[in-house]
Amino acid sequence: MLAISIEALIKIALLMGGLMTAAAYFVLLERWIAAWVQDRKGPNRVGIPFTKIKLFGLGQPLADGLKFIFKEEHTPRHVDKILFTLAPISILSAALAVYACIPFGSVLPKGAIPGVDHQIELIAAPGIDVGMIYIFALSSIAVYGVILGGWASNSKYSLLGGLRSSAQLIAYELPMGLSIIGVVLLSGSLRLEDVIGSQASSGMWNAFAQPLGFVIFVVASFAEAARLPFDLPEAEQELVGGYHTEYSGMRLIVYLIAEFLHMITASFLIVILFLGGWHLWGITGSTNEVTWFQAIARIVVLNVKIFGVIVFFMMIRWSWPRFRFDQLMSLAWKVMLPLGLVNLVAVACFVEYEAPLKAKLGVLGLTAAMWGLSLLAWIAAGILAPLHTDNSARKDEFVLAAEDRNLGLRSHV
Amino acid sequence: MKPDDPKVKWVEEPKLGLAGKMYLPALIQGLAVTTKHLFAPKMTVSFPEQRPEIGNPLIYRGVHRLNKDEQGRVKCVACFLCATACPAHCIDIIAAPSPWPDRDKYCESFTIDELRCIFCGMCEEACPVDAVELTSLFDLTGRSREEMIFDKEKLLSVYDMTKDAEPMKSASLGGAP
Ligand code: SF4
Ligand code: SF4
Repeated sequence: MLAISIEALIKIALLMGGLMTAAAYFVLLERWIAAWVQDRKGPNRVGIPFTKIKLFGLGQPLADGLKFIFKEEHTPRHVDKILFTLAPISILSAALAVYACIPFGSVLPKGAIPGVDHQIELIAAPGIDVGMIYIFALSSIAVYGVILGGWASNSKYSLLGGLRSSAQLIAYELPMGLSIIGVVLLSGSLRLEDVIGSQASSGMWNAFAQPLGFVIFVVASFAEAARLPFDLPEAEQELVGGYHTEYSGMRLIVYLIAEFLHMITASFLIVILFLGGWHLWGITGSTNEVTWFQAIARIVVLNVKIFGVIVFFMMIRWSWPRFRFDQLMSLAWKVMLPLGLVNLVAVACFVEYEAPLKAKLGVLGLTAAMWGLSLLAWIAAGILAPLHTDNSARKDEFVLAAEDRNLGLRSHV
Repeated sequence: MKPDDPKVKWVEEPKLGLAGKMYLPALIQGLAVTTKHLFAPKMTVSFPEQRPEIGNPLIYRGVHRLNKDEQGRVKCVACFLCATACPAHCIDIIAAPSPWPDRDKYCESFTIDELRCIFCGMCEEACPVDAVELTSLFDLTGRSREEMIFDKEKLLSVYDMTKDAEPMKSASLGGAP
């Protein structure tokens, strides 16, 4: 019992330390990428304090942290103080608690640590059978943090911002859930370890087996993490702020850290659910019988993949313009949701008739069929979905509107 | 204005093609552009170590200076034109009878509040004798508000500092020396 508690505590410490450091350094990475995309150099000044050593600006997160500590903590007088403080806490604790069920590696070799007789799994709470449900239940708590923050601020801008953001978060939860059901059907388990295991043993990552589900999941996680092009929850400059208009100092930072954690969580999930987790053909093996080399290779592979996805997240930020809110909603309800259903049906058929189809078409043929279906569905959605991107003024509409006004005037006269 | 007014020119946007409606091709295009810039040469000027190059220092509007004539006297004749022209009201002049025979007045005190100045260059335009000029010094800093109020001595010392790099504009632009 004691050994297990100590093991869990060590894992939690590793995870929390790693996550917080990662969040701090991803802020720096984000600023670097932002700069490089704009042909600037980015933060490269802050190095070791009191020396002239610059270290490519790697000291920047430390300086930022110090700055936050000395920042004035201001609570506006008109807010509900308890809820106002509770909102960021709830969002951050939910964002952190999610990691209980997310593996950050695979397993250590048997007998790796003397005195421990079971195999150590690199996940804070191993063997929880409803892991995936737990994760998505907790990530939806973000909605409460957002609404609570908007409500407690006692300001109409924050309230509207909170409502807007929660509408977005709830809307994208649905397509996300649909694409996850596809993954669950394919691997037959709600445990993330098993999802990776099934991808590793078949060598076929879920992204290849169900490309449509992959795209939907990626888009939905962008929206859930409130990253561009779906960053309407807090477009500070453009939208008179979001739900945290009234926040400042440490509470705001907590919100922003939770935001970054969401992005990291989303990258973890994308990699684990669709990109094979720690699996890489020919290097990492696929069973729990690992050597030290494989155990470390798995951790490295997982982290490199996650890093890649995060860089992708950051690059998208500078590649695509923001959606307008109605466009964002119609994308969720009129494009992503139907596509999610198509994907779900396709995967269900795939699982149900796998054996006879495989005999007839072969593995490659089966995959090609899935890809063809996804492509067709995508094109159909593109053609059939109402185009809300076009909001330019049209002459006939203007003339009609003018006539309407004239008629209205006449009837008044 | 009516929508069917012949003077109104209506422009129809080109219709989105299939690739545009598919979202993904456009996304990949955008990514390609950003990725290209990721590795493009950077244009950052690391300021204190590296000075930015100012295109033409003669038309740059930085810190002011008060020019001196050949005998080292201040050129200003205390006509108040610059103070009148200044939209920010930051020039303060006290005139006194001139000790020199070639003019009636000179400025006993001449202060410019650099904190209020908007560097519009109107004072330079207004001066009939080209006494006040803007230089290309742009890194104007101070530790207090008082330090940023430039008096006559300071403005004259700016002239001494910049006269070699930036000759008096009136000469080069064809005005009276
Ligand atoms: S530059 Fe403009 S604002 Fe500044 S002192 Fe001259 S006239 Fe005034
Ligand atoms: S600086 Fe020029 S414009 Fe201003 S008072 Fe002196 S002579 Fe007149």
